[in-house]
Amino acid sequence: GSLSQRRLMDVRLGELPAWLATCNLSPQGLLGGVQRAWSSYYEKYINVRRGGAPGLSMLLAGYCLLSYGWNYQHISK
Amino acid sequence: VLHSTRSLHTAQQHWAPVPPLPEKGGEVRHGLIPEEFFQFLYPKTGVTGPYMLGTGLLLYLLSKEIYVINHETVAAATILSVIIYCIKKYGADVAAFADKLNEEKVATALTVKNEAIKYLETAIEEEKKEQWRVEGRSYLFDAKRNNVAMLLEANYRERLLRVYNEVKKRLDYQVALQTLKRQKEQDHMIQWVERNVVQSITPQQQKESIAKCILDLKALSKSAQAAV
Repeated sequence: GSLSQRRLMDVRLGELPAWLATCNLSPQGLLGGVQRAWSSYYEKYINVRRGGAPGLSMLLAGYCLLSYGWNYQHISK
Repeated sequence: VLHSTRSLHTAQQHWAPVPPLPEKGGEVRHGLIPEEFFQFLYPKTGVTGPYMLGTGLLLYLLSKEIYVINHETVAAATILSVIIYCIKKYGADVAAFADKLNEEKVATALTVKNEAIKYLETAIEEEKKEQWRVEGRSYLFDAKRNNVAMLLEANYRERLLRVYNEVKKRLDYQVALQTLKRQKEQDHMIQWVERNVVQSITPQQQKESIAKCILDLKALSKSAQAAV
């Protein structure tokens, strides 16, 4: 379909700036984007009958990376 | 104004039936990297592609000191090893326990649903029975009509009897009155006649009758003595 209706994973690399221009960057739009991202992750990995460790461990790994990135200045002394 | 021609609740409600949850989550390799990443790199680099990418990235981060090795690295390594050991050892048991809890929840919901269905089915049976009973309406009303007619008849006859009794009482009274009057007249007449007769017996007649009686008694005594 047209650019604005495609999801992020279906957008090619060259079209990325154009796609970013079309998406809704107001607070409600960003909040909606975050909501959609979380709900898709939740539906896929956590809200299943027999989920396992990966659902939670991926979240924890992401948190580790993020906190390392925030504390990099302090660590690299 | 209710538009009675408009039909309500025709579309299939989108909450019923609720779609079932997927059985397993998305595939994740080594607990950290989704399978889609491996599939994404497979056409260009084959099976070992992502592992080569991972090794290269790791060496790059270590060599450029983007990832510094300090005491936290050791702590993280030990913690991760303990966690992985625990998961490998007790994962299956925890999963079985959680599955059992889920089964119990589903079983309770199912019992509730079945109870409701059974209750409604019995209600339907009762309703059909009631509809069948309605057909016997005519018999019921005939019986009631007979009852009412009988009550009326009994009441009528009772009142008739009462009328008869009342009339008889009055007539009896009249008869008794007449009888009493006649009897009184008779008694009075008898007394009057007796009184007059007794008055008419003069002393002379009394002496004569007493003498006659004595003579008769003597004659009788003679005949009696003769008989003895």
